[in-house]
Amino acid sequence: MAALISIRGLKKAFGSFTVLHDIDLDIAEGEVVCVIGPSGSGKSTLIRCINRLEAFDPESTITVGGIKVEQGAALAKVRAEVGMVFQSFNLFPHMTVLRNVMLAPMRVRGTTAAAAEIKARDLLARVGILEQAEKFPGQLSGGQQQRVAIARALAMEPKVLLFDEPTSSLDPEMVGEVLDVMRKLAGTGVTMLVVTHEMGFARQVADRVIFMDGGRILEAGTPAQIFDSPQEDRTRGFLRAVLNH
Amino acid sequence: MNLINTFFNVGVLLDSLPQLLWGLVVTLQIGLTSIVCGLAGGLFLAIARLYAPAFFQILLRIYVDIFRSIPLLVLLIIVYYALPFVGIRLSPFLSAVTALSLVSAAYTAEIFRAGIEAIPRGQFEASAALGLSNRHTMIDVILPQAIRIVIPPLTNNCINVLKDTALASVVAMPDLLKQATQAQALSANPTPLIGAAIIYIILLWPMVTVVAKLERHFSRGDR
Repeated sequence: MAALISIRGLKKAFGSFTVLHDIDLDIAEGEVVCVIGPSGSGKSTLIRCINRLEAFDPESTITVGGIKVEQGAALAKVRAEVGMVFQSFNLFPHMTVLRNVMLAPMRVRGTTAAAAEIKARDLLARVGILEQAEKFPGQLSGGQQQRVAIARALAMEPKVLLFDEPTSSLDPEMVGEVLDVMRKLAGTGVTMLVVTHEMGFARQVADRVIFMDGGRILEAGTPAQIFDSPQEDRTRGFLRAVLNH
Repeated sequence: MNLINTFFNVGVLLDSLPQLLWGLVVTLQIGLTSIVCGLAGGLFLAIARLYAPAFFQILLRIYVDIFRSIPLLVLLIIVYYALPFVGIRLSPFLSAVTALSLVSAAYTAEIFRAGIEAIPRGQFEASAALGLSNRHTMIDVILPQAIRIVIPPLTNNCINVLKDTALASVVAMPDLLKQATQAQALSANPTPLIGAAIIYIILLWPMVTVVAKLERHFSRGDR
């Protein structure tokens, strides 16, 4: 399989503090990759570099579907192909749920309002909240908002979906409904890169699990390799800490 | 009573009323033109300051700081009496509108900037991640939210512009204040001045109470 996302020598520093050290990573089309690791290990920064929400070292290269991710006219094109779901949802609070999902296809793809609405209602049905379409985000629970955010990202028919700790700001009883949607999505062949603390989800859904620490990829492999026979002390220590609490 | 005849002379007031109302029309013309120009200029400055190259951002900041520092009366006199020396001769109306708009734009730019900066970063990031252009991010996502935040301070600024139109009387603009002083001179009685003051109050009091209401409405977190 050809790499859909290719990351070479990715470096990123905030002032004198280096967040990412020379990361190399390829993501194949249709692959579901979960990134795990302690807070501050650089995993969120890594996926935020892919659509350049974070600027990175000019010598590093990231390509998505063969297009280089760099400042300039092509950037909006890359971003249109890369969906993102945020920890804090970031829905547009002044628009209905339906308008939230319709906006980008209309503005970026030039889809007509009628076509965008059909598509949006279809997606809202898929994530199980069609009946909330006319409500505003503030009237929804966290889990519902995050499902709208997933529908909003899907509306652009992206080549890849990035999830930045999508369940970390949810009440525990709402984590399940969001993970269910993501699990279904993974089954449809969408390429997904998921930063998460949900080890059960990573083990069950991921094709590949990446363990990051200190701005480096310490270990990568199948869920069985990472969770059952981790090679690195640091991975073992992390997994012991998160799995036995 | 002597006091009433001096300050609230009904006969003098009725005689001067048509003149005062003409003055009011001129005041509103200056005020509304300046408000519209100031709003457009301020919005442009605020957005330019957000996206322009660093060098222009510094220039824009200098503009905003200068025009917020200079007394409006001084600026007005420079525009009307000093610019003709370099060949720029503006009518009293244009002088007043220019001075008021330049200053109003500076204040408006600061108000819009504060409003835009109050929108969480996540809104910009979500827009960027969807591939929205800067223009659509502003028009569809940021400004509709920022407008609600900036309406009370913007209304306040409009009140200030309307009040400051009175300064136009120093460049011989026949605005409300100028008409009142002329009527006072003509009738040798200060009642027209009191009449003008009352007209200003009748015009602006509703706006002042609206601002107070809006501020209460928006501070409830009802957004």
